[in-house]
Amino acid sequence: MTLGLINANPIVREKKERITRPDLQFLFSVYTNLLVRSINIVRDIRDPEHPYSLEQLSVLSEESITVDEKLGRILITFTPTIQHCSMATVIGLCLRVKLKDCFPPHFKVDIKVAPGSHADEEAVNKQLNDKERIVAAMENPNLRQLVDECLYSSEL
Amino acid sequence: MTLHEEEGLQLTEVQRLEGHTDRVWGLAWNPVTGTAGVPAMLASCGGDKTVRIWQQRIPSSTSFDCLEVLEEIHTRTVRSCAWSPSGEKLATASFDATTAILEQNGNEFECVSTLEGHENEVKSVSWNASGSLLATCSRDKCVWIWEVLPGNEFDCVSVLQGHTQDVKMVQWHPTVDVLFSCSYDNTIKVWAEDGDSDDWRCVQTLSEANSGHSSTVWAMSFNATGEKMATCSDDVTIKVWGVDIARLQSGDTNASWSHLCTLSGYHDRTIFSVHWSREGIIATGAADDAICLFIESEDRSVGNKDNTVDGHGPAYKLLLKKEKAHDMDINSVRWSPTENRLLASASDDGSIKIWKLDSMQ
Repeated sequence: MTLGLINANPIVREKKERITRPDLQFLFSVYTNLLVRSINIVRDIRDPEHPYSLEQLSVLSEESITVDEKLGRILITFTPTIQHCSMATVIGLCLRVKLKDCFPPHFKVDIKVAPGSHADEEAVNKQLNDKERIVAAMENPNLRQLVDECLYSSEL
Repeated sequence: MTLHEEEGLQLTEVQRLEGHTDRVWGLAWNPVTGTAGVPAMLASCGGDKTVRIWQQRIPSSTSFDCLEVLEEIHTRTVRSCAWSPSGEKLATASFDATTAILEQNGNEFECVSTLEGHENEVKSVSWNASGSLLATCSRDKCVWIWEVLPGNEFDCVSVLQGHTQDVKMVQWHPTVDVLFSCSYDNTIKVWAEDGDSDDWRCVQTLSEANSGHSSTVWAMSFNATGEKMATCSDDVTIKVWGVDIARLQSGDTNASWSHLCTLSGYHDRTIFSVHWSREGIIATGAADDAICLFIESEDRSVGNKDNTVDGHGPAYKLLLKKEKAHDMDINSVRWSPTENRLLASASDDGSIKIWKLDSMQ
């Protein structure tokens, strides 16, 4: 992997207050339940380059995730910290691994970069969603290790 | 009765084959089985790194048993498998960058050769019609052609460069030694041997500019005569292409393929597999968990919004759509080459299903 940070000075935002279990009882729709659950799941993934979470770096926010429970589909849009972020694919892999454990296996996940947020938007989106490439990447021990670091460090 | 006259056709699930512990990526029917009293044999491969051989308990029955689980062949996902035309050898392509050649010895299969050379994951393998050549392709953007020699020797005769991205599948033409490849670069390339120099070169590229796909092309399949080819893509369409078969068979490698028809609106997610039966039914399997069957439409004036027909080309119509054929993405659909209207499908859900196309009565 590349040495040296690509984005040495990210803008760090305040962590938003968590939506906790008791609050959920006031929400009636299953849709919202799923939506909130998925936000809580992914918001703590560590950015590969910095010790902050994706939420703190504005990579993900509540608007980022849409869930269609009936069809069993999830769409995530995220904003890489800078326009040429080559870590977008790693972030995408992290998101998939995290979501896989928390949703039924038949749920289909599509991940895209927010429109206008990346110089090579179409190319990145294509790579983020090519199932065969994703599987092959996760079988690569170096990439797998990087993903694990991003995911598990947030649990410390 | 022709296919067009038949009504009330349905796809009936006759068996669900379980065993794989991860997604099933590829399927291949042994071409010399399922006929003349020989029980049908099917090979499957997948993310659990195994290759499984399934066999009909008794010929023409619909009960398949798992004959063998081959575990030590590859160290990573096995992506596709293909039987030689004689049915004696099974080639398996893997993410471990190798292609294995397996042979049946009594009741067991053993690896008799391992083809190395690709720089990374091998995606597909295909035998030519006579079994004298083998082709493989990889994420390394290359297509390799191997000569099959006696004693299980395989010599690389050409490394074809031209695709600008990951090559997803290779497929030999059913009657002439012309090779087709499709890629993440959205194109399909046609490769033929230059008569004089014995060099293989790209003789045609089917790209978005000539009515080709606008995203990754995942698979290609030819009809029985080889005059038509169906391709499927991440752009959620199926395209049908045609060639002047007489010209192609006379050895004119410049005989070019032209777009005949685009089928859209039938799948709403990536179409991973397409396969043309001997009878002329096109089957597709996609990430929307559905299987679609198409046949040529006799109604040439078909101008429905889902079909764009080029000039005098034939139109195709949906015969039926089987929604929720599997619980997850379908990666491969394969018609039996010998048993009538028998279809196999493989899925991310780890199962293989055997289907029979029959009438509702």
